[in-house]
Amino acid sequence: MLKTSEPARTDAVVVDGLRKTFTLRHTHSFKETFLAALRRKPLTTQFQALEGVSFSIKQGESVALLGYNGSGKSTMLKLISGVLSPDEGKVLTRGRVAGLIEVGAGFHPDLSGRENVYLNAAILGMSKKETDALFDDIVAFSEIEAFIDTEVKHYSSGMFLRLAFSVAIHTEVDILLIDEILAVGDEPFQQKCLARIRGLHDAGKTLVVVSHDLDMVSNLCQRGVLLRGGSIAFDGDSKEAVAMMRAG
Amino acid sequence: MTTETTSVPALRAPGAGLGLLDVFRRRHLLALLVRKEVQIRYRGSILGWLWSYVKPLTQFAVFFVALGIVLRQGETIGYYALYLLSGMMIVTFFTEAFQNGTRSIIDNSALIKKIFIPRELFPVASTLVAVVNTLPQVVVVFVIALISGWQFSLGAVAAILLSLLIITVFATGLGMLFGAVNVAFRDAQSFVEIIGMCAVWASPVLYQWHLVADRVGEGALFTLYSINPITAAVELSHAGFWMPLHPKNGLVLPNLVPASLAGLAIAFATLLLGQFVFRRLEGRFAQDL
Repeated sequence: MLKTSEPARTDAVVVDGLRKTFTLRHTHSFKETFLAALRRKPLTTQFQALEGVSFSIKQGESVALLGYNGSGKSTMLKLISGVLSPDEGKVLTRGRVAGLIEVGAGFHPDLSGRENVYLNAAILGMSKKETDALFDDIVAFSEIEAFIDTEVKHYSSGMFLRLAFSVAIHTEVDILLIDEILAVGDEPFQQKCLARIRGLHDAGKTLVVVSHDLDMVSNLCQRGVLLRGGSIAFDGDSKEAVAMMRAG
Repeated sequence: MTTETTSVPALRAPGAGLGLLDVFRRRHLLALLVRKEVQIRYRGSILGWLWSYVKPLTQFAVFFVALGIVLRQGETIGYYALYLLSGMMIVTFFTEAFQNGTRSIIDNSALIKKIFIPRELFPVASTLVAVVNTLPQVVVVFVIALISGWQFSLGAVAAILLSLLIITVFATGLGMLFGAVNVAFRDAQSFVEIIGMCAVWASPVLYQWHLVADRVGEGALFTLYSINPITAAVELSHAGFWMPLHPKNGLVLPNLVPASLAGLAIAFATLLLGQFVFRRLEGRFAQDL
């Protein structure tokens, strides 16, 4: 599944001199803010999530973001998806970006499976026409045909995840961001998802993957970017990156 | 290979959008969000959507009995029930849209923290939910007016539409403004409830405008009172539903046309201010929620 690099592939993601600081606010009302200011207590504390991070991802590449908890991988993914904005430096993307970040975030328990498919597809940027065309595929992939008109709150957690994942994996995208979703669902479904993700990659989509399943990501991705304490410790072959991460 | 074909889209910063303009580009999603809200709001209650009419109707009954009968406003103001209804409908629409808009960002925090979509969608959807809720009330008031002898005129219809437009724009702007502030300071939503409480008294809904003019004169204070966009919208609603019946003491705000235009201008200015503040604060939504 390694692909020979074609000449002059364009950048799909460019990250340049990125810094992201979280300001943790300790007060949540005017009164608290006022009292804390009076007592000269700190209103906020700063937490540096990413510092001086630069890299670029070519179109059609598959990249694993590696690192332990708190290393800044998920923050990086949120910056690429546009949920967070950088404090310094820049993030640029080309084409449609969709995240399999916490699939099912847009699901509402009181709506039926069908309504949720349409709502979530629209959240991920699909038009009604595109959703209509893909609807049967989405339902077939999730294997819950019989329950598609049942309210989602009656679903088992596995059914819920299968449907949510199925919607996300069918969206028309150029760059797919994947955060720790393959840890859920049963084995056959996981294999099916992985096959689907490989298929998307073979079709030329760009993948950015975050997962703690190191063997899986190093197989899925050719390239690994190892983050440590908010900056890049290694950028290169994914197997080497994993080895380096394990070495500490 | 599908990527290396003809057109390559440009590199751009994710999450940087055109604000309200993007909302109209994502109409399909907006429609689904509104439908979702409408569907789930009263799920699991026996009366369902009727609840959103029970509250204004109760309020109406209380005011009608207390002010119309006990305090005898009904004797001075002709068709007092219609006068009350057409004004209260506008204020109810305003407070509902405004309060929903203020809570909209917090209520959708799960989504905002995880997926990027233009966040203006949420306050705009809140206003549209209030519109969906208000339209049947408009029909009810219209039917009552028809039974009382309302006659079609272009001016009356234009006044009603302008009234609804002013509130839609004004409430959306305020919803964005307070919705954005509410992320960092939850005080905003309590503050907005108080504004909602005052709104019904700050406009000629229960009484006629000239009682205010008699007290404060027609000077600066009265100008301030009459350029309140809610006052303009309420009076436009009176002009549309109530005035065509030629009621006893049938008076609307003098200079209603300039007052309405001023109200509309203020509503749009509020929308721009709301959008401006929203954009300034939006970068922090995902981390503050």
